[in-house]
Amino acid sequence: MSVAVVRFPGSLDHDSAARAVVAAGGTATFAWQDDAELPPGTDAVLIPGGFSYGDHLRPGAIASRAPIMDAVRRHAGAGGRVLGICNGFQVLCEAGLLPGALRPNATLSFVCRQVQLDVADGSTILTRGMGATMSVPIKNHDGAWYGDPAAARVVFRYRGENPLGSTDAVAGVANARGNVVGLMPHPEEAVDPLLGSTDGLPLFRALASRA
Amino acid sequence: MSDLPLHRQLGLTDSENELIPRLIGRDPSPAELMMFSLMWSEHCSYKHSKPVLRRFPTSGERVLQGPGENAGAVDVGGGLAVALKVESHNHPSAVEPFEGAATGVGGIVRDILAVGAKPVALLNSLRFGELSSARSRHLFARAVKGIGTYGNCIGVPTVGGEIMFDDRYEDSCLVNAMCVGVVGHGDMLSCAARTPGNPLVLIGNRTGRDGIGGASILASAELGDDDADKRPSVQVGDPFTERKLIDCCLELAAEGLFVAFQDLGAAGLTSAASEMAAKGGRGLDIDLDLVPLREEGMPAPEILVSESQERMLAEVLPADVQRVREICTRWQLDATVIGHVTDTGHFVARHRGEVVADIPAAALTDDAPVYGVEPQSQALPAPIDLASVPAPEDLRAAWVSMLRRPNLGSARWVYQQYDHLVGANTIVRPGGDAAVVRLPGRHDAIAVTTDCRPRHCEVDPRAGGKATAFEAARNLACTGARPIAASDCLNFANPEKGPTAWRLVEVVEGLSLALEALGVPVVSGNVSLYNESPARAIYPTPVVGMVGRIDNAGKAVRIGFRNDGDLVLLLGDGVPRLDASEYLGRAEGRPPEPDADEEVALIDLLIRAAEAGLLESAHDVSDGGIALAVTESAITGGRGCQVTLPSGRRADEDLFGEGGARVLVSCRPSALPGLLEMAGMVNAAPIGLVTGDEVRVTVAGETLALGLDEARDAYEAAIPGALA
Repeated sequence: MSVAVVRFPGSLDHDSAARAVVAAGGTATFAWQDDAELPPGTDAVLIPGGFSYGDHLRPGAIASRAPIMDAVRRHAGAGGRVLGICNGFQVLCEAGLLPGALRPNATLSFVCRQVQLDVADGSTILTRGMGATMSVPIKNHDGAWYGDPAAARVVFRYRGENPLGSTDAVAGVANARGNVVGLMPHPEEAVDPLLGSTDGLPLFRALASRA
Repeated sequence: MSDLPLHRQLGLTDSENELIPRLIGRDPSPAELMMFSLMWSEHCSYKHSKPVLRRFPTSGERVLQGPGENAGAVDVGGGLAVALKVESHNHPSAVEPFEGAATGVGGIVRDILAVGAKPVALLNSLRFGELSSARSRHLFARAVKGIGTYGNCIGVPTVGGEIMFDDRYEDSCLVNAMCVGVVGHGDMLSCAARTPGNPLVLIGNRTGRDGIGGASILASAELGDDDADKRPSVQVGDPFTERKLIDCCLELAAEGLFVAFQDLGAAGLTSAASEMAAKGGRGLDIDLDLVPLREEGMPAPEILVSESQERMLAEVLPADVQRVREICTRWQLDATVIGHVTDTGHFVARHRGEVVADIPAAALTDDAPVYGVEPQSQALPAPIDLASVPAPEDLRAAWVSMLRRPNLGSARWVYQQYDHLVGANTIVRPGGDAAVVRLPGRHDAIAVTTDCRPRHCEVDPRAGGKATAFEAARNLACTGARPIAASDCLNFANPEKGPTAWRLVEVVEGLSLALEALGVPVVSGNVSLYNESPARAIYPTPVVGMVGRIDNAGKAVRIGFRNDGDLVLLLGDGVPRLDASEYLGRAEGRPPEPDADEEVALIDLLIRAAEAGLLESAHDVSDGGIALAVTESAITGGRGCQVTLPSGRRADEDLFGEGGARVLVSCRPSALPGLLEMAGMVNAAPIGLVTGDEVRVTVAGETLALGLDEARDAYEAAIPGALA
């Protein structure tokens, strides 16, 4: 299965995200923000972490209006899988593909550390292969999800703490249909025993799977 | 100040001012005078340190590029090279800590980029006054914020460094940054201009009025009361542009489009152009009217010396200009032909149809007067009289209070604000002796660290220099890495004063002796002098950045205890002493001089034991002594221990004494015979085992116990508590 990794100026985690796709058995291609269409044969879309447009205006705000996002919207509208990680989650919220918004962390500082997540909804096509919990790092400055958890489909929550001060300890949400998922933690940093965790692999397997 | 003649205002001495007409055959124009003042500043010319720096060992079979280019580089096998450099941004950070520290990161990253390398790791060595000082709290917190804001946005993991607080840095904080990059042997770039007629392309940010005179006004003079007036000399960073510059330049390099490549750092265009010309034995002809500016009407001297960030200068083939422009446009970066290479050897700058500067490039880069420093040797102090140090009534309370010291407690408050993971190659994260970063796409890894022993350097500079280099190597070896290259940043007070000059010479001698014993060459470096105010001079602070190599990233060793029942051993022959220790808190007494044979034998043992898989954990015994080392291994591993310390003279000396080659390791009981046999002549003393949920230490017949939670609370509160 071919996963298109979307790059903007300021994207940082595109290479590690692509490596995670490959580690999960998929193939990765890169799409550039100016492209009008996703690469031919794209089965799923991954918007990686980073500081697209230097977080100018608001994190994800400028990238969400890039030409490629129209193609991502069409892909999502047709039921295609879309995963947004960190800045990618911010982009998806700014693009209206996911509910809520990401605010500055309660600490008002960048936070880089390992956290534990509860998989709150394992029934979406992207989260259904996952265990009940996962160990992954967070690394962001504006990662506090704000929104109505009753109206959103919450897929990940921080376990036992709320490190960034998000509403209801939400770490990731899906759209109603479950084919678009965004999360602040970095599953691509948890696909290799050498990195301390392989809990992120099922998410990439689901992204790159045809089933 | 304005009553002074122009050359004095610019920081040139009268004799330097008289030398310039003799070199160029006429009186310099005001623009040329400004260019000389910057290029002949200590920061650019090393005029007080050049003879001293020649002492460093710089050769070795792995060395691909020694000092002299933007960064040094060593071979790590498989056709790959590792580039490294440490640089200071001390004075800008003292004046404006956020931008000063941020642009320090940006500058060192561009040095690595300039040799064609992809930056893969950043480290920071920070020194400030005590956190009881409001000014130091401000400088520290803002510098950390600046490093994080810039480093996080450019996608290079900040994996390590060191922090120290001492009143001697109250007026002159130190902000040193190190960057490590990787580049294929055949892809390394030089700054040497090559072929007359080739166009010069300025890539990146526009040129503005920030950072005018930074190298001379800020970096090469003592700080004083008018520091706030110097803020316009501090550059302003734009990390988003830096990230685009990294992506863009690596793409240009991958297509082989650079003939020569150079970053614009201190002294801006003047330094970049004159170094390219002088290094290649060529000239450069630049039209300042073509330089993209942030504002109209900048006078020629300002364009020539502006230190606006995120700019690179490239020599390219005429036929490649179009392709270079295409790639830069895609990255939303300016790429402007501003001149060309000539065969005159002169740096010629034109502005509005007139020649505003026409100087032999080598006069700027090589002909700065070199000043022999005049060392005035100082008597070495006697070792401390233990009777003069009051013994603590409550050893356990002393232990807990040590954990709470910002110099000893957890640096988590700092490194949690840095993205230390981006790239998904950080195998050993910050918080240990050295970070380990996997080489992209390979199974081997590099370990990186920065270290310094300033108080030791103050009381006995030669021994302190040795201790600094050995500690860096030991920190690498604790992860299982073999040290392969070093970069240094010599932070000193005013070298025109005899005692400081002596300390500079002696520290470099000590560093060199230790590095020779280790077989580790110095491949790059930087000097920051004049770190003093009328009230205080800094300790000699020769920060050593060192890189080591691990064959198999999966065998990297960490500091935390791993399994209940493992045996705890103390390796090495160092003798704990309170002289100049963190426990004493002062640069007094005289620690023992490191024994090179013992140090090298211990380092070699650690590397071999890690390769053989014999070690479960390894942690250098350094600041705070064995009490700190054992507590850190326990907290980090989430496991308690019971140890009995080898008996010394006094309990606090046994617990908190520092000195020489000692490493705390743990191993499976089954690994003990192998480890003891491998140790050979190195002292390997089993002192206890990993067990329970408290750290129990028996010393001089008394047993102290500290629960893991209480220990962790004290350790983690050290910096946040001092900032609250």
